[in-house]
Amino acid sequence: MVKGKILFTENLRELGLLIFIILLGLLIQLRNPAFLSLSNITSLLTNTSILGILAVGMMLVLITRGIDLSIGAIIAFSGMVSALTVARFPEMPPLLCLAEGMAIGTIIGMLNGILVARFNVLPIIATLGMMNIVRGMTYVVSGGKWVSSYQMSTGFKAIATGKIFGINSLIVTAVFVFVIAGYFVNHTRTGRQIYAVGSNPEAAEVSGLPKRTLVFLAYAIMGGLAGLAGVLWVAKFASAQGDTAAGYELQVIATCILGGVSIAGGVGKLSGLILGTILFGLLNNALPLINVSPFWQMGIQGITIMAAVIANVMVKRNTDRLALRRRLI
Amino acid sequence: MKKTLFVLLVILIVLAPISTLFAGGSKESSVERHAFIFKNTGNPYGDKQMQGFTEGIEEQGFEAITRAPDQPTAEAQIQIIEQLITQKVASISITGNDFDALEPVLNKAMEAGVKVLSADSAVNPASRLTHINQADPELIGRTLIQAAYDIAGGNGDIAILSATSQASNQNLWIEWMKKELAENAGKYANLKLVRTAYGDDLRDKSVSEMEALLQSFPNLKVVIAPTTVGIAAAGRVITDRGLIGKVFVTGLGLPSEMAEYIVNKSCPYMFLWNPIDVGYLTAFAATAATKGSITGKAGDKFSAGRLGNFEVIKSEDGGTQVMLGAPFKFEPSNIAEWKTVY
Repeated sequence: MVKGKILFTENLRELGLLIFIILLGLLIQLRNPAFLSLSNITSLLTNTSILGILAVGMMLVLITRGIDLSIGAIIAFSGMVSALTVARFPEMPPLLCLAEGMAIGTIIGMLNGILVARFNVLPIIATLGMMNIVRGMTYVVSGGKWVSSYQMSTGFKAIATGKIFGINSLIVTAVFVFVIAGYFVNHTRTGRQIYAVGSNPEAAEVSGLPKRTLVFLAYAIMGGLAGLAGVLWVAKFASAQGDTAAGYELQVIATCILGGVSIAGGVGKLSGLILGTILFGLLNNALPLINVSPFWQMGIQGITIMAAVIANVMVKRNTDRLALRRRLI
Repeated sequence: MKKTLFVLLVILIVLAPISTLFAGGSKESSVERHAFIFKNTGNPYGDKQMQGFTEGIEEQGFEAITRAPDQPTAEAQIQIIEQLITQKVASISITGNDFDALEPVLNKAMEAGVKVLSADSAVNPASRLTHINQADPELIGRTLIQAAYDIAGGNGDIAILSATSQASNQNLWIEWMKKELAENAGKYANLKLVRTAYGDDLRDKSVSEMEALLQSFPNLKVVIAPTTVGIAAAGRVITDRGLIGKVFVTGLGLPSEMAEYIVNKSCPYMFLWNPIDVGYLTAFAATAATKGSITGKAGDKFSAGRLGNFEVIKSEDGGTQVMLGAPFKFEPSNIAEWKTVY
């Protein structure tokens, strides 16, 4: 009975988020009938895919009680390097570009992981430093110049604009990442161990979990996904510049929070994350559609995030209380 | 050991100023020399400006010196200015790496009798005679509306995709666009400005705003984007969605960023200032200042070769400036030449 109640409160949050998304969608549809058109839904999902891919990695990092501020810089760097490569070798197959970007991102992510897991540097400090280093490297490799659309091959740009089974390749990539991540966090031993390390590091270590390795892994995966996102970003906008995605890490963290991932670690579900991503994408897509003044757009986003955090805290308090009560019984 | 080192050091210190004296003396020549300092080396945009400056100076029979530091810092420019003062150039024109930091050294130059001007990127009014501004905000605003009218064929919805809602340059241009529309209401009767959207000069936001414009206004014909990120994002969306020929974009953009969209006709043409002309005009302003025909006060007049006559006017920062004029048009016929420049 009590156990059922815990499950219910936990799902209540996602249910609430879903209802909120539907209500918001209806409201926007009333204001602008173009909202629910196929073309708009497609562009909403296309524009949200990169955010979703990054949110998956960030969720893993947040679960380990960490944070990664370097991903905006990783996006810029991996995007810039792949754009420069393609400008030099236009014949390069697109899949190789993706691999190149992911490799770069993974290496930087591994460095973050080593700093945090091996040298016990606070995640916020380690990744803040890495953010500046990588951003600086982006300017160094590019000489401060942009790589423009005409320098990129059609094949490279098709990475983000092409279609797979009639669906935009960005959406397909994001769904693919979500499916793999779903399997990883729910059905593999390593995935479950990451939660254990985040929810109670001491207990996890005492029970013999390889804590350092698991934390390292989370940052490496985050880096790899950010590297992938970098190539997708540059291919999508057909331009690589030094300040690409500056500050984007905060949007990704906000998406995770909207999706119910706890900054305190140990908590975060993929279903919630997907809803959080959609809500964030919805806000980005719909606020311009209903002609909200630019001054209000940011305010509305902030209020939504704040509401999500408060809901999180309340749900957590409830589940904790129920769990306590169960222990008493 | 230490002693010999010390002695060597003393000798070096004594010799150093003498050697610069010699260096300064040996480079003396009879022809009047004018210097132009750009922000940093390896910048194709700056190369074009220096090319225009050299052209303008040599056309008048003087000698041009163009310099640029390796790094775009004020410190590096200060060193170059010091050297130029020693070389006794007649004038120094500079695209400043810092608005205020160059004031002491530029004042030193002016005290030494060197005429100092800034071009493209201004230094503060206390450290210059006048500033050469790339383009006239009024002409930018009016030109862009006329372009939209031309591209739309005289009727249809138009929208503006700007940078941030606080960007002072863009807001000034948009003000002039609206003035152009209002003053010629008859001509633009069928041209309807439906919305001004703000993409914040971010790729993702500019794309979202552009897509929202397309969704909200099915009759949208032309988008004016007076900002480099916005105009490229708009070109990208039009190309991606297969709307080439139905919706067009124009505005201010970098030729390199816009090359693809100008070639594929999602942007029939767009504008930006021509860096060669900025340099060329600067050359004539510099020689006019040396001759004394301009003193940097508003109302001074001078002629600039092939560009015609110019007048010094007041600028918003409290100093004076010279406006280059209408922005330069980039179109399919010249984009191939410019896309590698900047």
